[in-house]
Amino acid sequence: MTLLPLALKSLRNRRFAALLTIATIACSVALLLGVERVRDEARRSFASTVSGTDLIVGARTGPVNLLLYAVFHLGEANAAVSWASYQELTSQPEVAWSVPLSLGDSHRGFRVVGTTADFFTHYRYGAQHPLEFAAGDAFADLYDAVIGADVADKLGYTPGASIVLAHGIGSLAEQHADKPFRVVGVLARSGTPVDASVFIGLPAVEALHADWQSGTHLPQLAVSADAARQLDLTPKSVSAILVGLKSRAAAFALKRRIDDYRAEPLLAIMPGVTLQELWQLVGGAENALRATSALVVVAGLLGMLTALVTTLNERRREMAVLRALGAPARTVFGLMLLEALLLTAGGAALGVLLLGLALVAGSDFAAAHYGLNLTRTDVSAHELALLAAVLVGGLAAGAIPAALAYRRALADGLSLRW
Amino acid sequence: MNDTPAIDIAGLRFGWTRDAVLLDVPELRVARGERVFLHGPSGSGKSTLLGLLGGVLTPQSGRVGVLGTDLATLPARARDRFRADHIGIVFQQFNLLPFLSARENVELAVRFSPRRAARAGDVRATALRLIAALGLDAPRLAALPAHRLSIGEQQRVAAARALIGAPELVIADEPTSALDADARDTFLDLLFAECAGAGSTLLFVSHERALAPRFTRTLALRELAGAAA
Repeated sequence: MTLLPLALKSLRNRRFAALLTIATIACSVALLLGVERVRDEARRSFASTVSGTDLIVGARTGPVNLLLYAVFHLGEANAAVSWASYQELTSQPEVAWSVPLSLGDSHRGFRVVGTTADFFTHYRYGAQHPLEFAAGDAFADLYDAVIGADVADKLGYTPGASIVLAHGIGSLAEQHADKPFRVVGVLARSGTPVDASVFIGLPAVEALHADWQSGTHLPQLAVSADAARQLDLTPKSVSAILVGLKSRAAAFALKRRIDDYRAEPLLAIMPGVTLQELWQLVGGAENALRATSALVVVAGLLGMLTALVTTLNERRREMAVLRALGAPARTVFGLMLLEALLLTAGGAALGVLLLGLALVAGSDFAAAHYGLNLTRTDVSAHELALLAAVLVGGLAAGAIPAALAYRRALADGLSLRW
Repeated sequence: MNDTPAIDIAGLRFGWTRDAVLLDVPELRVARGERVFLHGPSGSGKSTLLGLLGGVLTPQSGRVGVLGTDLATLPARARDRFRADHIGIVFQQFNLLPFLSARENVELAVRFSPRRAARAGDVRATALRLIAALGLDAPRLAALPAHRLSIGEQQRVAAARALIGAPELVIADEPTSALDADARDTFLDLLFAECAGAGSTLLFVSHERALAPRFTRTLALRELAGAAA
C-alpha cells in the first residue's frame, strides 16, 4: 500500500493544520458521545427515581400528575386519600409495606413531606439503592425533621438546627412559627427529589394544622406546640401512598381493584410505566440536544472540508508530480479521501479519549449532584454506530476535495507551469 | 536493442474542442537512444505534446506511438501504467513532494511500477547510487526533506527519479531554466551520462537555444506542427 505512508507524511508535513482539524473533530465527537451518554444515563436515572415501589396510590387524577406530586413533589394534590381508605389498602393481603405521604407545607422553597419513618427504609432509587443517613437519624420526637442533602447544603443545616415550616408553598406563605422543628437527620445525596425535601412525621403534620381549618389559621383556636402533643394526631387523610407488594405479579390485579374502589375515587399507578410516559413529555428537549450535538459534528467536518479545500491549490503540484510518476487519477482521489479519513478517524479516537477523561474527571460530580452514573467504560453498540456515522460523514466531506483534486489532476495533465 | 522508434507520431491533432486545434503534428519520429532538443516559444503546444506523449491527454485523431505502443488507443488506466513503466519525467521546478526526503522522492517512481522496481533491483541502493551519480552528497542530502534542498539539488534529485528503473524514454520539460549557467552544464552532463548508461531516449524541451548543440538532434515545434496558437 503506497497511499497510506504518503497520506501520513503529507499530513505530518501540515501537522499544525492537521492537529487543529483533529482537535475540532475530537471536540465535536466528544460532545456528541457525551450528550448521548448523559442522555442515556439521565433517562436511566430518571426511570429509576423511585424503584422498589410497586404502586403509587392517590386520589383520582392523571397518572403523570400523581407521579409528579407523589415522587417529584411538584404541583399539588387536588384531593386526598382518606385515612380509612389508607388503612383498608394496607390490610390487603398482597401489600408488603405502605408509606403514606402528606404534602402541602414547605420550608424556604423546599417541600415538606409528612410520612412515617418507614419511608427511609422502603424508598429505593436507582438499582434498588436504599436511602442513607449522612448524619443523624430518622425522626423520633413529634417535632423532629429529616432533611435531604440539597436542603442541608443550601441552607447550611446540620442536626440540631431549628427550623420553622411554612403553610403552603408560596413565598408569602404563613409560617408555622409556633411549632419549630429540630433537624435530627441529614440524608446522603441520592440525586432524586428526596434531596430537596424536608421530612416530618405524619402526626407532626396534624399538630401543625391543629389550629387551622380549611386552609386558614384560626388564632382563636391556638394550640401550643406542647398542647398539640396531647391531641389525637391520627391523620384524617394523606396525599399519596407508596406501596410495596409481596409479589410484583399482583400489581396489575391490585391496581385494578384500587381504580375500581367504590368508597372513594382512587388511582393507582405503576411508577416505572408512568415515569416512561413523563420522559416522553420531556423528550422534545432531549431531541433538540441531540440535534445540536449532531450539528456540532457537521460543523467539525465542515472545518475539515475547509482545511482540505484550502490546501488544494498548494497541493496541485504534488498531484501533478504523482500523475507524472504514473499514478492514476483515482490515486489522487484516494489520497485526498484517505487524508480525510485519517483526520476523521484521528478526531474520533481523540474524541473518545477526551470524553473518557472528562467522564472520569466529572463522574463524581455528576453522581453527587445529579445522581448520574457516568463511569460506564464500555462502548455501546449505539455509540459505535454514531462513530461509524461520523466516519461516513468524514468520507462524504472528504469526497468533495478529493473530487476537486481528481478533476484538476485530469485537467492539469503534466503541466506544472501556472 | 529494440528497433521500434522511441517516438512515432503520425497525423496527430489535439484540441479541447473539435474546432480549436491546439496542436497539429503530421509526423514526428525519434529513434531509440537519441538525445532530442525540442524548442518552441511558449504557447506553441510544448506542454500539450508532452501531455500526449505522457498519456495524460488523448488526441482527437492520429497516432501517438511511444516505444511501439499507440497511446491513443489505450484506456486511461493503461496509459497511466505505461507512463509509470516506461517514461521518466522531469519538470521545470517543483518536482519533488516537499514532505518526503530526497531518497523517498526518488523511490516514489517505482511505487507505481513493479516493472521499474524490478529493473531497479535494490531500490534504496539504486536511488542512493543515482543521487550520488548526479553529483549530490548522497547519504547526507538523501535524508533531507526535499524542501530543504536548493533548486539545483532538487532538479538533480528529480533527474534521479526520472532515471530510476531505467525507463526507455525520459522527458525533460525545461529542467534547467531555474538553474544558473554552471549548474545547467553540470546538470546536462550528468543527465546525458545517466541516460546513456540506462539506454534511455531523451526528449529535452527548452527555449534556451544555446543548449541545442549538445544534443544529437534539434527540432523546432513550430516547424513540426501547424500549431494553432
